[in-house]
Amino acid sequence: MIRRFLAVLHARNIEFVQDRSTLGWNLLLPVVLVFGLATVFSSPYRSMFKVGVVSEMASLEDEPNEFLQLRYIDFIKVSDPADALMRVERHQLDMLLDLRVDPPRYWINDESRQAYILERLLGSGADARAQREKVSGLAVRRIDWLVPGILGMNMMFSCLFGVGYVVVRYRKNGFLKRLSATPLRAAEFAAAQIVSRLLLIMLITVIVFVGTDYFLDFRMEGSYLDLLLVAALGAFSMVALGFAVAARLNSEELAGGLLNVASWPMMILSGVWFSLEGTNPIVQKLALIFPLTHMLEAARAIMLDGNGLAGVLPQMATLAIMSGLLLAAGAAMFRWQPD
Amino acid sequence: MSELEVRNLVKRYPGVEAVAGVSFTVQRGQCIGMLGPNGAGKTTTVEIMEGILPATSGEVLYQGKHLDAGFREVAGIQFQSTVLQDKLNVKQVLQLFHRLYRKTRPIDEIIEICKLGDLLSRENRKLSGGQRQRLLLALALINDPEVIFLDEPTTGLDPQARRNFWALIEHIKTENKTIVLTTHYMEEAYLLCDVILIMDHGHIIAEGSPSQLLEDHFSDVILSLPATVWTAALTEQCPFLVLELPGTIEVSSKDVDAAIAWLQSHQIPLAGLRIRPRTLEDLFIELTGKELRA
Repeated sequence: MIRRFLAVLHARNIEFVQDRSTLGWNLLLPVVLVFGLATVFSSPYRSMFKVGVVSEMASLEDEPNEFLQLRYIDFIKVSDPADALMRVERHQLDMLLDLRVDPPRYWINDESRQAYILERLLGSGADARAQREKVSGLAVRRIDWLVPGILGMNMMFSCLFGVGYVVVRYRKNGFLKRLSATPLRAAEFAAAQIVSRLLLIMLITVIVFVGTDYFLDFRMEGSYLDLLLVAALGAFSMVALGFAVAARLNSEELAGGLLNVASWPMMILSGVWFSLEGTNPIVQKLALIFPLTHMLEAARAIMLDGNGLAGVLPQMATLAIMSGLLLAAGAAMFRWQPD
Repeated sequence: MSELEVRNLVKRYPGVEAVAGVSFTVQRGQCIGMLGPNGAGKTTTVEIMEGILPATSGEVLYQGKHLDAGFREVAGIQFQSTVLQDKLNVKQVLQLFHRLYRKTRPIDEIIEICKLGDLLSRENRKLSGGQRQRLLLALALINDPEVIFLDEPTTGLDPQARRNFWALIEHIKTENKTIVLTTHYMEEAYLLCDVILIMDHGHIIAEGSPSQLLEDHFSDVILSLPATVWTAALTEQCPFLVLELPGTIEVSSKDVDAAIAWLQSHQIPLAGLRIRPRTLEDLFIELTGKELRA
C-alpha cells in the first residue's frame, strides 16, 4: 500500500517539476506581486484616512458629531476598542474616536502622518473639545498586511487547479481508467495527489516567503513554526476542495468553471487585497465559508499581532473541519471513469 | 478447467443492449480474437472480463473463480486509448507502473521485448503512434501477467508499425500467455488468433479457429476481374455467383478450372485476373450482410 502510494506521489512530483512553465509560474507570480506591491505601497501618499469610532448608536449615520460628516475619510464602527487601539498602534487605523463619553476622546499615533492631519481637522472646528490620548508603535506597512494575502492567493490557485484540473484531465484522457486496472486503490491515488500538491506548494511558498522577506523584512510578531502550520492546514483544506470538485467530473471546461466559481469569490472576499472591515455584514458572513478567509485571518494574527496557536485556534479548528468534510465528500463522489 | 469462462453475459445501458447474453471459454495459452464493427459489443465484453465494467447479469470466471481484487495482479491490460502523463518520459512511466504490482518482470526485459531502449528519455507526448502503443503494451506486460487483454491495439497505426506490433504479440504468445484481443483487422486476427469470435449487435454470431470458420462456411474461391471487361449481360449468363463491386467484378466458384474456361469461352481478357481464397471479411459480410468496418 505504501509502495503504491509512494510510486504515484513520486510520479506526480516529477511531473510537476518537469513541467517547467507551471513551476516557473508558481514561483514567479507571487514574487512579482510581492515586489510590485511593495513598490506601489512604498509611496507616502494615501488617498484615504481610516478612523475607528466607538459609538452607542446602532449606526454611525445616526451620530450627530460633525467630524463624522467629513468626506474622504473612512469611518468604521468599532465593537472592540482594545483591538482598535492596537490597530492604531500598528498604523492600521489612523485614529480611534470614542463618542460614548462627553467630551469625546481620541487616540492617535504620534508617528503617523495621517493622524496629524486628522487631529488638525478634528480640532479646527469639527469637535474642538475632544480630548487627546497618545499611543505609540511601529507602523504595519501595507506590504506586511498584503504578503499573507498574496502568498495565500498563490496557494489557493495552485491547490485548486493543481489537483482539481489535473485529476479531471487524467480522467478525461483515460489515465485514471488505466490506473484503475492496476492494484492501485482510489484512496492511495487520492492521498498521493493531495500530499504531492501539499508538499510542492508548501516548498514553493517557503522559498518565496524567505526570498522576499530577505529584501523586504516583513513584520513577524509570532512564531514562524505556527505560521507554517497555519499555511499547511490552509493549503490542505484548499487541496481537499480541489479534489472534491474534481472527484467526478469529466470535462475540463466544467471543472475550470467550477474552480473559478470557487477561487474568484475567495480572491475578492477572503481578505487577499483588502480588509472586509466596515463592509456589509452579510458579505462578512459569506466570506466565512471560504477556507482562505480563515487561513489569512490566522496568518495575519500570527504575523502582525503576535498570536500563538491558541490565539488562532478557532480558525485552525474551522480549517480542520472544512478539510475533513471536503475530503469525505471527495471520497464519496470519486470515480475512476466518467459515469 | 478453462483459464477464463464467460457465462450469459449481459450489459444494458438505457435504451441499448450492448452485450446480449454471450458465453464462451478461453483456454490457457490461447489467443482469442473478438471481431466486429463499432458498437458490436466487443469492447464492453472485454471490459467486463477485465473487471473494469460491471455486468448487468451473467458472470466471468478466472480459473473457475469469480474475479476479485487479486485478478488485477495477474491481468495485463491495454485499453483502446490511454493518454499517459505528458511530462513523464518512457522510463519514468515504466517505473511508476512497475511499483504498482507485487510480482513484476524486470524492467530491462520489458524494454527489450517492446523495443523501447532508444526511447527511455523521451517524453510521452513526443512518442509516435506506434511507439505509444509499444509503451502501452509494455505497461500491460510489466506485472508478468497470466492473462493479457489487448483492445484494438493496432488501430490507427501505419502498416509497418502494425506488422512490428504483430511480431511483439507473436513473441508474447511463445511464453504461453493467454491473450484476449479485439480488432477491426481481419489479417491481424487471422495471423495471431487461435480462436475467433465474430460479434454483432451484442451477440456472438460465429466462433472457431480462422481456418475452421472459413472451411465451415466456404468451399469456393474468388476470381476477381476489372469491371471494364464485364457487361451486365455477362452477369445474367454466368453460371457462377457474380458480385459487382466498384471497379471490380468477383466471380465465386468451387471449380477454378471451370470458371476460367467459361471466362475464356466468352472472350473475356484474363490479364487482370486475380484468384484469392475466401477471407474472414467475406465471412463477416456473409454472416451480417455488412462490411466489417462499417
